[in-house]
Amino acid sequence: MYFEEMEYGKKLDLNVVKRLAVFAKPYKTNIIILMVQMFFLALVDAIFPKLSQYAIDNFAVRKSLDGFWILCLVSVGLVVFQAANVWLMIRNAGKIEYHVPYDMRKAVFRKLQELPISYYDRTPVGWIMSRMTSDVNRIGVSLSWHVVDFFWSIFLVIIMTIFMLATNPAYALMVLCVVPVLVILSMFFQKKILFNYRKARKYNSQITAAFNEGITGAKTIKSLGIEDYMLSEFEKTTRQMKDFSVRAATVSSIYIPLIILFGSVATGLVLWKGGVEVSRNVTSYGTLVLFLSYAVQFFEPIRQFARVFTELQYTQAAAERVVTLLETENDIADSSAVVARYGSMLDSDKSEWPKFHGHIVFKDVTFRYKEGGNILENFNLEVKPGEKIALVGETGSGKTTIVNLVCRFYEPTAGSILIDGVDYRERPLLWLYSNIGYVLQEPHLFSGTVKENIAYGRHDATMEDIIRAAKTVNAHDFIMRLENGYDTQVGERGSLLSTGQKQLVSFARALLSDPGMFVLDEATSSVDTETEHLIQDALNKALKGRTSFIIAHRLSTIRSADRILVIDKGRIIEEGTHRELINKRGYYYRLYTSQFVKEKQEIFEKTD
Amino acid sequence: MKNFRLLREYLRGSGKTYILTLTAVLLMTVFSSMTPLVIAFTVDSVIGGKPVDLPAFLESRIDAESAVAYIRNNLWIILLVLVSITLLQGVFLFLRGKYSAVSAQVSSKRMREKLYDHLQHLPFDYHVKAQTGDLIQRCTSDIETVQNFIASQSVDALQIIAQVIVVLSIMISMSLRYTLISIALVPIVFVITVRFFINMMKVFIRSDEAEGHMTTTLQENLTGVRVVKAFGAQNFEMEKFDEKNRTFRDLSMKIIRLMANFWSGTDLLCMLQHALVIAVGAYWVVKDQVTIGTVVAFSSYTGMLVWPLRNLGQMMGFMGQAFVSLGRLQEILDNKPEDYTTGSRPPVEGEIVFDNVSFEYEKGKPVLEGISFRIEKGSTVAILGGTGSGKSSLVHLLLRLYDYTSGSIRIDGTELKDISREWIRKNIGIVLQEPFLFSRSIRENIRMGAGQLSDEQILAVARVACVDQDIQEFENGYDTIVGERGVTLSGGQRQRVAIARTIARSVPILIFDDSLSAVDTETDAQIRQALKERRKNTTTIIISHRITTLSEADRILVLDRGRIVQTGTHEELINVEGPYRRIWEIQSTLGEEAV
Repeated sequence: MYFEEMEYGKKLDLNVVKRLAVFAKPYKTNIIILMVQMFFLALVDAIFPKLSQYAIDNFAVRKSLDGFWILCLVSVGLVVFQAANVWLMIRNAGKIEYHVPYDMRKAVFRKLQELPISYYDRTPVGWIMSRMTSDVNRIGVSLSWHVVDFFWSIFLVIIMTIFMLATNPAYALMVLCVVPVLVILSMFFQKKILFNYRKARKYNSQITAAFNEGITGAKTIKSLGIEDYMLSEFEKTTRQMKDFSVRAATVSSIYIPLIILFGSVATGLVLWKGGVEVSRNVTSYGTLVLFLSYAVQFFEPIRQFARVFTELQYTQAAAERVVTLLETENDIADSSAVVARYGSMLDSDKSEWPKFHGHIVFKDVTFRYKEGGNILENFNLEVKPGEKIALVGETGSGKTTIVNLVCRFYEPTAGSILIDGVDYRERPLLWLYSNIGYVLQEPHLFSGTVKENIAYGRHDATMEDIIRAAKTVNAHDFIMRLENGYDTQVGERGSLLSTGQKQLVSFARALLSDPGMFVLDEATSSVDTETEHLIQDALNKALKGRTSFIIAHRLSTIRSADRILVIDKGRIIEEGTHRELINKRGYYYRLYTSQFVKEKQEIFEKTD
Repeated sequence: MKNFRLLREYLRGSGKTYILTLTAVLLMTVFSSMTPLVIAFTVDSVIGGKPVDLPAFLESRIDAESAVAYIRNNLWIILLVLVSITLLQGVFLFLRGKYSAVSAQVSSKRMREKLYDHLQHLPFDYHVKAQTGDLIQRCTSDIETVQNFIASQSVDALQIIAQVIVVLSIMISMSLRYTLISIALVPIVFVITVRFFINMMKVFIRSDEAEGHMTTTLQENLTGVRVVKAFGAQNFEMEKFDEKNRTFRDLSMKIIRLMANFWSGTDLLCMLQHALVIAVGAYWVVKDQVTIGTVVAFSSYTGMLVWPLRNLGQMMGFMGQAFVSLGRLQEILDNKPEDYTTGSRPPVEGEIVFDNVSFEYEKGKPVLEGISFRIEKGSTVAILGGTGSGKSSLVHLLLRLYDYTSGSIRIDGTELKDISREWIRKNIGIVLQEPFLFSRSIRENIRMGAGQLSDEQILAVARVACVDQDIQEFENGYDTIVGERGVTLSGGQRQRVAIARTIARSVPILIFDDSLSAVDTETDAQIRQALKERRKNTTTIIISHRITTLSEADRILVLDRGRIVQTGTHEELINVEGPYRRIWEIQSTLGEEAV
């Protein structure tokens, strides 16, 4: 599925600001203190040239040292004050920078835990990841450092303007006359620079994608003999990147020279006019030096202001994306009646939960995904407690949908699903989820130890429980052979274990949580004969006496089911035991003879 | 010094621009250092009337007195001079920015292409064993690190050094004593900075790791969302994530606290240095030991020394990173690529002879042993063999993806090792077991190996591969993008697109390495029938498990543990005791046996 990245408008969106304010609120005091600090930082920055002015006029020109030591003391005092202020400011801003994203990530993560599977089926993981990382980080930076730069530049410009006007309005106007030019230039260039920067990131990700393809597809490229073609394609991408980056660098390289050029005009004007007046003793040396400093100092806050102003537009876009995620409507959630009775979705009161027997009824269920037509129509099915159901059918026949509905990953569009006689929408989600043992086609483990993974569904399990579960599913032996036994790290997503080992661990995990019902999406990928045998055995033990739904690919699994449902286009076209269905010589028979031939032969080869 | 050799190698081809950059840096520094001098001259001589000290050789030629007097009456000259100096400074600043970007971009572009090309020409075996994630990381972020170093950090560092030299010499020429005062605290600042950033590297790495752990936890949660939900483990996940989230935050806060100490501490020293310059200056002016202009100039120069030197320490940290990255890139380049072009280019008709061929990946562990057979031009040979029988290795040898250890393989009478790899791969089409499709349109994917191909031709090969109907059902038909940015194809569809891509190449030899396993028996038969009609004179090698597929071949080879254990036609093989017959029996009687 191609997921279109939403583009967001540039207008200030009050709703976004409001949502953002919720996250900024706990740090209101910090932000206010930060603003006050920035005022004092700017003030002292503006006072330093005044001190120089005083020193020159009172000591240097008058050739007197009256009050020299006092001024020295005052200077040192100011320097220490400024440094202390910087120290506090960094800690203060840093706190906002990292605490706000922390809070937001926490909130978004919670939201993500509540969102239904349907959300994940249509949203790429990368998309969510970027909201949780770069977007959230950007908001943190904006609420701290952008606030710092923004207020510092505004305060400094205002204070310097006041000081200059108070000292000498004529000179002040000379310095200020270049300011509008600086502002316009800065706004123009900063916007361009940031835009180019982001565009360069896009080119960069294209290069990453190209490398990705060139490396993962290297074997195929070699077999097709298209190395040169691939290189020439790659060169197109790198050339675009280079051409763009050079153009972008050229644009940003013009900016600073232009700014200092206009700055020097201000300096020159002051020197010209001031020089004349100083030699006529109309103005003091100190004043001249003061304005020379201010003329140079004026440029930095303007540059910062323009930069922050542009950055904030991108922050707004980032905030919009995060807020959109937070406001995603949850179409599978506990109803208010359920919440009232059992507590909220993630903190449901377990003592109130009914017992789970595993009697499942599909009553006139119709279902369609958001896009597309009906997958199931008036589907009826009754499964008795402890019954083992195998679902067989081609890709797209609807068997995955049936399992998704049983697990309440999706809810019926019409009709209802009854568990132990009650529509499952009248029960807490967590109750159902806690009673499902789910084993995926590609077993998904989490980073951590084998032990932690087995105890995933039951964290209070003792070591004995864990070992018992592992023994039941034949996982104990291989676990003991691992370097650190149950404390062996399984790696990211279990990458340090083989597929077969991962499957056994996931069985142990499912078994330990002692679910009332099993849902199994059987693996198609082959494992070695021995493991295969262990898995089959584990499966039989785990499923014993529990209602189970199996999307089956393996002959032996299907044969051991109490009932086989052959699904085609959302309907049950045949049902019965293996023997019954083979005798029928219908769809199942054909499917069986074509699809399982290869497996049978492979078993033969391995035992050969 | 190895590091600098690597850097020079990286910069090859853009060395000139880099030298231009450095020249611009130097000139820009010279001009920017002149501004305080002009101001000092204006304050002291033009306004203050202090006599000008001119070098002796100039004194005789220029009447300094009247020149100064002239300027005094025409002070706009100073404005002009200042603006001109800044203009020149700006020009070189611009050139510096532009040329540094050009040299970094050009050299990185070259490096990227070199790496890409090098990787493509590394032996097949390298890619079988490669850790793709790590490779991609090196090709992208390591290059970026070096690129940033060349474009900005190295230039910044050099500019700082140039500036320190120029500014210091000007200062010393004005007043040695005052210079010493002006740099009194600078060494302390410098040492603190260097030490700080060296120590910080470790903390940065830890915080990067913490962030990595956090994103890993997040990613695992998102990809495993079904497991999380099915186990009702949301609360547990929230706690787990919160812990990582918190660790990252707390480590970041630690960095912030260290940074606060560092920046405010060095700020304090730098500001004190500034204050010292002015206070001592003012004192000396009173004592008539320096002029006001000198104080103003020194005040500017101190600013041009202290703050940049503080940054230089940071640059050194970046330099260390860049060299580590350079080393990691070199590791890739140190792998020897395969010789692609050397060898003859005889016309390939399709006759293949294996003569006592043996092959091993590792010494002493033969994968193929004493393989001999002959495939007539235009005939079809099928290979049956279990996992590890060596059947894939056998066809890989034909493409020279690996070279046989002993024996001889001849294609139309020419020894395979004498034929260039490029040529032989141009003449043999193979559909790999796990074919890779490129993330572009299906049309382009099919066209990939064949070059120019009309839409009719594409349609024709897609029909032969029985994938036309599937493609037509996609919303965008043949323009459907494959992969991450587009439609995910099923295993069978991928295989069939790969088949279409391979047969589009019109080569005399075609190999199917178990490439029909993910399509059903009927489609398999259809594809083979269509192929037969389309390519009458093509030598075809098919690896398969299906007896129905194997039975139609002109000859069947049965491979077991690297040896040919049986060979013959279907009729011959089912009439003798052996693995082929056993498998045939199972497959043909399966339906009845199950009842």
